[in-house]
Amino acid sequence: MNEMTPTREERVANLKGMGCARKRVEDARFTQGKGNYVDDVKLPGMLFGDFVRSPHAHARVKSINTEAALALPGVVAVLTAKDLEPLGLHWMPTLAGDKQMVLADGKVLFQGQEVAYVVAEDRYIAADAIELVEVEYEDLPVITDPFKALEEGATVLREDLEGQTEGAHGPRRHPNHIFLWEQGDKAATEEVIAGAEVVAEEMIYYHRTHPCPLETCGCVASMDKINGKLTLWGTFQAPHVVRTVASLLSGIAEHNIRVISPDIGGGFGNKVGVYPGYVCSIVASIVTGKPVKWVEDRMENLMATAFARDYWMQGKIAATKEGKITGLWCHTTADHGAFDACADPTKFPAGFFHICTGSYDIPVAWVGVDGVYTNKAPGGVAYRCSFRVTEAAYFIERMIEVLALRLGMDAAELRRINFIRKDQFPYHSALGWEYDSGDYHTAWDKALKAVDYEGLRREQAERLEAFKRGETRKLMGIGLSFFTEIVGAGPVKNCDILGMGMFDSCEIRIHPTGSAIARLGTISQGQGHATTFAQILASETGIPADMITIEEGDTDTAPYGLGTYGSRSTPVAGAATALAGRKIRAKAQMIAAYLLEVHDNDLEWDVDRFVVKGAPERFKTMAEIAYASYNQAIPGLEPGLEAVSYYDPPNMTYPFGAYICVMDIDVDTGEAAIRQFYALDDCGTRINPMVIEGQVHGGLTEALAIAMGQEIAYDEMGNVKTATLMDFFIPTAWETPNYTTDWTETPSPHHPIGAKGVGESPNVGGVPAFSNAVHDAFRTFGLTQAHMPHDHWRIWKVASDLGLHG
Amino acid sequence: MIPPAFDYHRPESLDAALKLLGAHGDEARVLAGGHSLIPMMKLRMAEFAHLIDLQAIEDLRDIAVGDTIRIGAMTTQAELLDHAGLAEAAPILSEAAMQIADPQVRYMGTIGGNVANGDPGNDMPGLMQCLDATYTLAGPDGTRDVSARDFYEAAYMTAREDDEILVAISFPRHAPGYAYEKQKRKIGDYATAAAAVLIEAEGGKVKSASVAMTNLSDVPVYSEGAGAALLGTACDAAALDAAVIAMLGDIDPMEDNRGPVAFKQHVAGVILRRAIERAWKRA
Ligand SMILES: Cc1cc2nc3c(=O)[nH]c(=O)nc-3n(C[C@H](O)[C@H](O)[C@H](O)COP(=O)(O)OP(=O)(O)OC[C@H]3O[C@@H](n4cnc5c(N)ncnc54)[C@H](O)[C@@H]3O)c2cc1C
Repeated sequence: MNEMTPTREERVANLKGMGCARKRVEDARFTQGKGNYVDDVKLPGMLFGDFVRSPHAHARVKSINTEAALALPGVVAVLTAKDLEPLGLHWMPTLAGDKQMVLADGKVLFQGQEVAYVVAEDRYIAADAIELVEVEYEDLPVITDPFKALEEGATVLREDLEGQTEGAHGPRRHPNHIFLWEQGDKAATEEVIAGAEVVAEEMIYYHRTHPCPLETCGCVASMDKINGKLTLWGTFQAPHVVRTVASLLSGIAEHNIRVISPDIGGGFGNKVGVYPGYVCSIVASIVTGKPVKWVEDRMENLMATAFARDYWMQGKIAATKEGKITGLWCHTTADHGAFDACADPTKFPAGFFHICTGSYDIPVAWVGVDGVYTNKAPGGVAYRCSFRVTEAAYFIERMIEVLALRLGMDAAELRRINFIRKDQFPYHSALGWEYDSGDYHTAWDKALKAVDYEGLRREQAERLEAFKRGETRKLMGIGLSFFTEIVGAGPVKNCDILGMGMFDSCEIRIHPTGSAIARLGTISQGQGHATTFAQILASETGIPADMITIEEGDTDTAPYGLGTYGSRSTPVAGAATALAGRKIRAKAQMIAAYLLEVHDNDLEWDVDRFVVKGAPERFKTMAEIAYASYNQAIPGLEPGLEAVSYYDPPNMTYPFGAYICVMDIDVDTGEAAIRQFYALDDCGTRINPMVIEGQVHGGLTEALAIAMGQEIAYDEMGNVKTATLMDFFIPTAWETPNYTTDWTETPSPHHPIGAKGVGESPNVGGVPAFSNAVHDAFRTFGLTQAHMPHDHWRIWKVASDLGLHG
Repeated sequence: MIPPAFDYHRPESLDAALKLLGAHGDEARVLAGGHSLIPMMKLRMAEFAHLIDLQAIEDLRDIAVGDTIRIGAMTTQAELLDHAGLAEAAPILSEAAMQIADPQVRYMGTIGGNVANGDPGNDMPGLMQCLDATYTLAGPDGTRDVSARDFYEAAYMTAREDDEILVAISFPRHAPGYAYEKQKRKIGDYATAAAAVLIEAEGGKVKSASVAMTNLSDVPVYSEGAGAALLGTACDAAALDAAVIAMLGDIDPMEDNRGPVAFKQHVAGVILRRAIERAWKRA
């Protein structure tokens, strides 16, 4: 028996705890098509919903005639705003303190807006029936430009708000104005700028795009009229909040609502909000007494569910002649579309955009964000980023480049001399954040060395000479990006969603034979929670990760949590998991002490067991302890081994990273070939290096898409021009370059395991890296700013405007 | 994304298919790979009460490689790529087929559907004009041949009568100098601009040349002038310039998400130059 005893290393390896590149346990079912998504939910007697949507961007709805649709065999009901009005559900509150039409109430405000909801016995009949609903529209003037929306005399879009000069976030100075949100010291910043040796000024546009998850949004609502319980399966990134909202809106007591997020095929912020489809499906199920399924198609997803970005950022950056930044000023015009349905913590109408001083020690700064209504779809979600952090990172990383141009300085060096130094952490930024930790210089130097930055610049100079001699038509661009994220929302004292504090939770039960189940308030959408959270628990409790089931997404079983977005799962729920694990261990220690007949303090923890100090042969493994907790009466202790932790983070976490992209640009065709991409991420303690790498690859690929082609574009009539995947760019393996990943490790000082979150960093840092590479290629020809997306024709236009086509 | 209801027919012979087509007239469409037709129906941009699937008609799948190459209309793009004889006799076909969409589309999409569809974005019509191909159409009164260069009238409007089925495409073995050059935004996208070029050389000079462009007008553009500009030259800079100028006179691009007209004209010129240069090297 003795020779079979595993060594300590073997015991550590067996745990597959933190730091292990454990294979994702989810992938066995995902790669075999055995996932269970909302659309896989099939219930007896289930009905199907489908929307009549507005073809117009702005129009009065004169009449809706549902007769022909109702006459079609198989059609059960057609809902319009009139039907929802008696229930008070024709409008619903948004997460941003505004309200939104569930179904068109008198007018439509964007193309694709929900006008009527048809319920039919099968999906095909529903699709036929929506064609039969006759809607009479009267066109109204369309506004797609947020600057025009604020002009005097502009058409009033939101007549329902007429006369309301006070909005959810302060005064509204124009009928199409939503809020002005300010941070920092405006007067002091303007004074610094007025007296600065050097000021660079630029308008930076971060275009409208869309998270476009592979699985679109949808739900199945099932009202059981016998027991009064509503079960709602849905593509929800925050199932518990959905339950609370559903209860508040419907009047159904919260214990009678069960929300289930099954497997989710990507969310990226698109599945945080509450959509008319959910409300209509619930109402339809209540009315018909039957389960009702609604799943939007790709075009509906791109046209009507939440978009991202659309920020016009006017910036001024002041510096000394030597390049030391002295102040930053930013005024943003934020196009929110028809309703303010941004998914941000309540008190932050522009999210955490005021992280826009970035990684730099900037003594004084001001940001002001004007939210504006236009005839576009509502949304403004954090597309694989913490709230508006991608916009902020893009803004500052472009402004740094613009300043470098203005100073005639190398942009890598400009960053270096302005970085917050290691000894300045915790660092208080001019816009009010407390950066928990960082070591930017080390990361930057490592990155520059890894790509041989000097060598790249030499090669670029040679290429430029060859270009000028007419030997090549390709220019080389080197895109630099150093980003600081702010994730893990967040402290309950200032972060909430609809009043719910943004804590998160974990509940663990250890089974008698030493395996376990843990449930969290978050919900994986591809991030691999079942893999990594089990690793945290393995390290904390000594139970091998392979023996721990992780469950999320069922509000009847999981503890309340605020869900998964904004890279908050590891910083918040991961912390709860570690702390719940520690509670288990604390009780286990008492049990072990009882079993070993020693004092608690005479024991020490060793991988998967408690050992009597100085007597290594005397120990109790976690498995033995678990068993004892169920079959022995231990004086002073309750039976069983369970723990719950609700974690209110003391601060955000601040992951950071250094990305460098090298690109070859064909000035004649506008094609850009990415030759090299180096990504260094510091996400604090690394739980699973393979999962981190996967997250970085995915996030960079989305960043590539956004920077190089992806957009939601409208024509002047408010028609969506990019509503299918033919025009909305999703990279395939073909367009995706190779990525080199790297890391430094600066643990968060306030997080129980020092982890900071990584899922969104690559999107936040990646977009400026790609975009800066394009800009850098044309730098010597005088380009200061060219708006994304950098697709072929826009790059061609840059070259053309710079006179490079002869 | 759900098409309206339709009746599905799967005849096993060309005659049966023609009869069905005759019986249902305007209400019917033949279905080949479905990768143009089905998306249009799902978007409800097209609505047909009857779909006549040609998959079960074996005769439409033959490939014959002799002095003339004859390809059955139901040959898929993947089959074109896999056919060793074709690769040797008509390498431009493989080069172009490889640039169509992605493997999933190529396993389903047929050459017949591609040329019969009349979509100016499709790559095969321009290529067939460059090859001077002949389309064989079968109708109630027998078969007739139409030149690819005469087949296209406007977007989705062709010389094919509603009651006719395209059965085969034939063209002579092509010149050794060939190139199919295509710029697109991404895999699965139609061309921003594409050029098919064939060149035969003799004594260091162009003896014959054929040029056709794709997605730069509402029909494929066979540019006789561009070919003529190369004749007797060594494809030098002046000849390339002349060919491009001639081609630009023949195309008529429209602005769309791929870019404005000026961009498309510029890219058309670049793509044509590249195609000519590559074809000339091989000639
Ligand atoms: C994502 C995507 C990307 C694509 N990209 C490209 C591209 O880059 N380049 C390109 O060339 N194509 C592209 N295609 C189109 C693809 O090649 C199609 O498959 C092809 O154009 C049509 O062939 P099909 O066999 O699918 O025809 P179907 O869709 O079945 O038919 C198309 C039309 O032709 C008619 N038809 C078909 N066969 C016959 C016949 N024998 N006689 C008479 N009429 C007939 C049908 O009635 C119908 O009107 C793409 C398609 C998709 C889905």
